[in-house]
Amino acid sequence: MHDWSPRPPPGRSFAEGTARHTVLNEKESSLSRHNGNGPGSPGKKRKGTKLTGAKILFEVLKDEGVEIIFGYPGGAVIDIYDTMPQYDIRHVLTRHEQAAVHAADAYSRTSGKVGVCLVTSGPGATNTVTGIASAYMDSIPLVVFTGQVPSSLIGNDAFQEVDIVGITRPCTKHNYLVKEASRVAETVREAFYLARSGRPGPVVVDLCKDAMAGEVEFVLPPAACMKGYSPKYEPHKGQVKKAAQLIAKSKRPVIFGGGGVILSGASAELRTLAEKITAPVTTTLMGLGGFPGTHDLWLVMLGMHGTFRANMAITECDLLIGIGARFDDRVTGRIDSFAPHAKIIHIDIDPTSIQKNVPVNVPIVGDCKITLQQLNAMLDHEDLANVSEKRRPWLDQIRAWKETAPLAYTQCKNIKPQFVVEKIYELTRGEAIITTEVGQNQMWAAQYYHFDRPNSFVTSGGLGCMGFGLPAAIGAQTACPGRTVVDIAGDGSIQMNIQELATAVENKLPVKVAILNNGYLGMVRQWQQLFKDRRYVATDMSHAPDFVKLAEAYGAVGMRATTPEEVEPVIRKALELDAPVIMDFVVEREECVYPMVPAGAAIKDMLLV
Amino acid sequence: MNQEERHTISILVDNEPGVLSRVAGLFSGRGFNIASLNVAETLESELSRITLVSYGVAQIQEQINKQLRKLVNVVKVTDFSDSDCVEREMALVKVQSDAEHRAEVLRIADIFRCKVVDVSPNDYTIEVTGNRGKIEALIDLLRPVGSLEIARTGVIAMARSKKGTKK
Repeated sequence: MHDWSPRPPPGRSFAEGTARHTVLNEKESSLSRHNGNGPGSPGKKRKGTKLTGAKILFEVLKDEGVEIIFGYPGGAVIDIYDTMPQYDIRHVLTRHEQAAVHAADAYSRTSGKVGVCLVTSGPGATNTVTGIASAYMDSIPLVVFTGQVPSSLIGNDAFQEVDIVGITRPCTKHNYLVKEASRVAETVREAFYLARSGRPGPVVVDLCKDAMAGEVEFVLPPAACMKGYSPKYEPHKGQVKKAAQLIAKSKRPVIFGGGGVILSGASAELRTLAEKITAPVTTTLMGLGGFPGTHDLWLVMLGMHGTFRANMAITECDLLIGIGARFDDRVTGRIDSFAPHAKIIHIDIDPTSIQKNVPVNVPIVGDCKITLQQLNAMLDHEDLANVSEKRRPWLDQIRAWKETAPLAYTQCKNIKPQFVVEKIYELTRGEAIITTEVGQNQMWAAQYYHFDRPNSFVTSGGLGCMGFGLPAAIGAQTACPGRTVVDIAGDGSIQMNIQELATAVENKLPVKVAILNNGYLGMVRQWQQLFKDRRYVATDMSHAPDFVKLAEAYGAVGMRATTPEEVEPVIRKALELDAPVIMDFVVEREECVYPMVPAGAAIKDMLLV
Repeated sequence: MNQEERHTISILVDNEPGVLSRVAGLFSGRGFNIASLNVAETLESELSRITLVSYGVAQIQEQINKQLRKLVNVVKVTDFSDSDCVEREMALVKVQSDAEHRAEVLRIADIFRCKVVDVSPNDYTIEVTGNRGKIEALIDLLRPVGSLEIARTGVIAMARSKKGTKK
């Protein structure tokens, strides 16, 4: 049915051919315009113009620069969908609401804009909770619109009524229930402002059906301003100076970056800092790409599946500079053994992240980019002469650790999953956007694909949400039509949202899914192997669909490799095709992710093989 | 070091539905108990003041205060632990007052400057205002007499004004 042709040359937008809603009413949709997805423009009033709540919603969305919505319709949002064709906003219909949120999440990470999704009430709304929680843990700016029963029915156990504001309260940055059309404009404006400012996060706006149908005079609200909310971007100068002095004195510094580096766009500043003070850099899973993965000072990821050198460097350092990271337990291991000899500088926009898990010597509340700019400037006044000479013994020690236990695996007659990731890296020249599912596939992707630029690794870090990768690939491909997007998946995870292949095919999104198929829930099996005497309870997934046929059934392309020799040709062909492709790599069944720090152990106590 | 301390926290919030739930959710989400809670409108009708008492070690309390400040509907958070404040609580105590106990109940009520707000042949309802210690002391004294029922408001608090600084 589908004639999948070779991929177009880079640069051509794949989405060019996809249908977009035509603008039926140019006048109404052009009340105001501004490029990008930035703060709203000043308020404008068109006296006497009455619009429905649904139209007002789109007017503000357009003003916020929204170009795409991931969603799924239903009775409670039918008025909104009915209005949508009047506006130049593309809608991507996913096959599950959870996928709509993940797609919006990845769209946000790869486009730098606020991701938007729209679902109906009741089950539509509750299906978004996993995606919202994932975005919340990873601080991703999203606005999720949910439909709600008419305001008169709220609290009456009406059909498809659910208290989504109550349900999502603990996993959103903020949420709203809109019961009147007159509240739509201001609320939507606030929602976007909250989602993108300060520490970003998801905001839910629950829209009553009658608020969408009701008509009121429309006033485009000015930029949001909220009494109790004023994020602090500028760091305290005295604290930055203290940090600079500590850095100049330190003999064995390590920089430890997190997702905040990427969210604030501080990669260049981080690199400048590392080079200026000749300090090795490690990042969390969320921070991958925040520092070039091919740089001499790069230690690779730290923590539970971090490298030997990263974890040893943390353990032996005398100064740890934490930037936009929240010292999660997967990173620190046993707290009292985490950086035991180090003074800690912690830069974060969120004061609650500081001192939460580890005691900090120099807390700095501020935006990572602005703070690093000031720190770099402040360091010019410190004595950094011959700093690289002074730190040579430290770097030599790190090199020795690298040689003692490099990231490695032993080839055998079966395909090693690490080999697949390495080949994907090689054949995409490190330029792809990699999304992942969760588990072993995620860790191998983090270890063996080297990310040189930010926003190229899209993963559910904080929540560890299976079923993330494929919808995320769809979101990323929508945002970046010219780039190669590969979802590195496990056979377990991919089955959680595999129905989204239909979304990829329908929207002509040429995402590539590389399934590292070991017939197990691999990471749990690994834990059972190492800590439960190989009692593999409920982790055997060998009863699985034929992924090649499944891909074909959805109208995508399916390919399989069962020997190491078949790996490269399969990846090469998949990358050439301008189509969604599933690559089923039948890999070594009981391969483990190493190094591994057992849960609750010190990060220096790694299992290396 | 890890000693639990009592914290009286005053939180100025937007007067909107669901705000109390957001505040209380911060505690329940972390498995902490709220010892007392009081909410009412302030002089500005769009703002409410929540006065909340909780117990916890210093590090957890610091987190709670920071998390409270992070809530979008929270305008101001004041932890009175390190400052001098006036705390008041009110209680209504229904106490047995048959012929044998009547004089004793009235005597105690008088000592504590309570008001009798309801009378029946068998019981008095008395109103008492004061800090937590005073209320506890009154209840302790009335318990042997036979307190039937009690309703307490929980603590409200306000910082003491600085004295002697004005010239």
